Amino acid sequence: MSPLNEQQAQEYWRRNLSLMVKLLAIWFVVSYGFGILLVDVLNQIQIGGYKLGFWFAQQGSIYVFVVLIFYYARKMAALDREFGVEEE
Amino acid sequence: MDLQTLTYIVVGATFALYIGIAFWARAGSTKDFYVAGGGIHPVQNGMATAADWMSAASFISMAGLIALSYGGYGGSVFLMGWTGGYVILAMLLAPYLRKYGKFTVPEFIGDRFYSKSARGVAVICLIICSVTYVIGQMKGVGVAFSRFLEVDYDTGLYVGMTIVFFYAVLGGMKGITYTQIAQYCVLILAYTIPAIFISLQLTGNPLPQLGLGSTLVGTDVYLLDKLDMVVTDLGFKEYTTNVRLSTVNMFAYTLSLMIGTAGLPHVIIRFFTVPKVKDARSSAGWALVFIAILYTTAPAVAGMARLNLMQTIEPEPGNYLAYDERPNWFKNWEKTGLLQFEDKNGDGLIQYSANPETNEMVKIDNDIMVLANPEIAKLPNWVIALVAAGGLAAALSTAAGLLLAIASAISHDLMKGIFTPDIPEKTELMASRIAMAGAIAVAGYLGLNPPGFAAGTVALAFGLAASSIFPALMMGIFSKGVTKEGAIAGMVSGIGVTLFYVFQHKGIMFIPGTAFLGDTPANWFMGIEPNAFGCVGAVVNFAVAFAVSKVTAAPPEHIRELVEHVRIPVGSGEATGH
Repeated sequence: MSPLNEQQAQEYWRRNLSLMVKLLAIWFVVSYGFGILLVDVLNQIQIGGYKLGFWFAQQGSIYVFVVLIFYYARKMAALDREFGVEEE
Repeated sequence: MDLQTLTYIVVGATFALYIGIAFWARAGSTKDFYVAGGGIHPVQNGMATAADWMSAASFISMAGLIALSYGGYGGSVFLMGWTGGYVILAMLLAPYLRKYGKFTVPEFIGDRFYSKSARGVAVICLIICSVTYVIGQMKGVGVAFSRFLEVDYDTGLYVGMTIVFFYAVLGGMKGITYTQIAQYCVLILAYTIPAIFISLQLTGNPLPQLGLGSTLVGTDVYLLDKLDMVVTDLGFKEYTTNVRLSTVNMFAYTLSLMIGTAGLPHVIIRFFTVPKVKDARSSAGWALVFIAILYTTAPAVAGMARLNLMQTIEPEPGNYLAYDERPNWFKNWEKTGLLQFEDKNGDGLIQYSANPETNEMVKIDNDIMVLANPEIAKLPNWVIALVAAGGLAAALSTAAGLLLAIASAISHDLMKGIFTPDIPEKTELMASRIAMAGAIAVAGYLGLNPPGFAAGTVALAFGLAASSIFPALMMGIFSKGVTKEGAIAGMVSGIGVTLFYVFQHKGIMFIPGTAFLGDTPANWFMGIEPNAFGCVGAVVNFAVAFAVSKVTAAPPEHIRELVEHVRIPVGSGEATGH
């Protein structure tokens, strides 16, 4: 069966979940937070021609999404190695 | 060379390329047909996923949706919604489903919820989502042909069907993957080249993403400030702050599109084609990189094309363009019906305003923002020809991905999985080709005779996927306790509530006159418009599934092991399931 005993498997899953929760919090903040709920507040700040809230809604959130996925992929690859569950 | 000939040459060359790939990448086994042999490099898969994902709607319509229908900021729901779903996909679904190592989405649902009925319900949900989606693509093919090549809509559709038939029936997922990579290259060039030139002309900055935030050439006025001023002068809401209905509605709309993206089977199955779990994670990142190139350009195209259009019609405040002096591109697109002018006050000038009583631009189709761009920017003919090929590439690549999801659900889930489990692989491969041909015929028929509801179909497909398949998959991976009864009840009630809500406001099966509640904000639940309702359907799905699971017998022991197994990249191999 699994190369991990039950306790290790639980630990691996817990670490995965905790990473996921942190990254999804950022995912939520940049899109629903900065782009929608707080957009009026952020629009008070202007960067070049962009109102900041508008920029997050139409540009910034997308860039952050890309970074989040690659960061998750890298961190998980390291976690896989640490627990010896990576594929050859 | 005239534009018509050039367009035929460019489009013809891309079609020859797709057919060439079809012969080169024929499928020899069911594994080739369903998952392209399982050995696609994550970057290649990312590119194919981007083409699979970006449909005719993304390519032709989205910039106009943002600029016109959703009036600027409100269009952000599409930009965030159609990209943020990949974060969910990369973290919550793709790696685990890849680990499970099967061919279709309903197969996982059937195994995890230890029930052929659950698999059957998932197949029905998949077919409803994918068929509603594919009608829009077929229409896109017909429309692109009729606008650029001046052949009629029906002929265009037949040509498109023939091309898809070649590479999808011969090559299955393998043929589709390699053509999608080629189609991505065509569509991204066709989208970005005109955008770069327009950005240069307006702002002097070659990157549209930066151009949108820059000052206009020769002035120190920011483009967006100018745009805000021009639209508010004519009575429209300010471009950069124009909320779509309400904050709650924008929130729900974005969430529905995100989880709908993550739950669309034709996107999920693309991640079954990469070799490893870690490839599935990074491949989602690559897919989003390739998608982001278009999705960060689109809002720039939207803002710049809107400004160009406004300034063409009203060069100075209160000084309107005379109809007789309208530019050539205006005349060209009037012929197609995308632009329409009605001289209400008979002064020969084009008065454009937010007031429907005095507005004389009675029709500005959303699609004009992308289609007329090269002409507005006075770009050479080959760019216009490339835009035609790009629109077709976007529609064909998405159609093929959807058709594969439908065909594999029929041959692998319904036949091999439920009704005739004993057929050998060769027969299944033949069956999958026949199912593909059948799906193309049905999609073509629906494209030729679009049902009344075709207009709103793409957005509806997201709501349906969000409320049925996404929750079932998530609970299958993240909970060991959800039972088969819970999952089935959840999917049925989720998709049911969403369909009911759409029908009560838009008409039963969209037949006009059968809506029993008017389609106005006052009648909407918390002010959420029908297209944005998928996330509420998803909440219902989760709630029902957990409630029913509490009162039904717990899943058998081997299901706990199955869930443990999908959570860890390496494990007991491919032994679970059958």
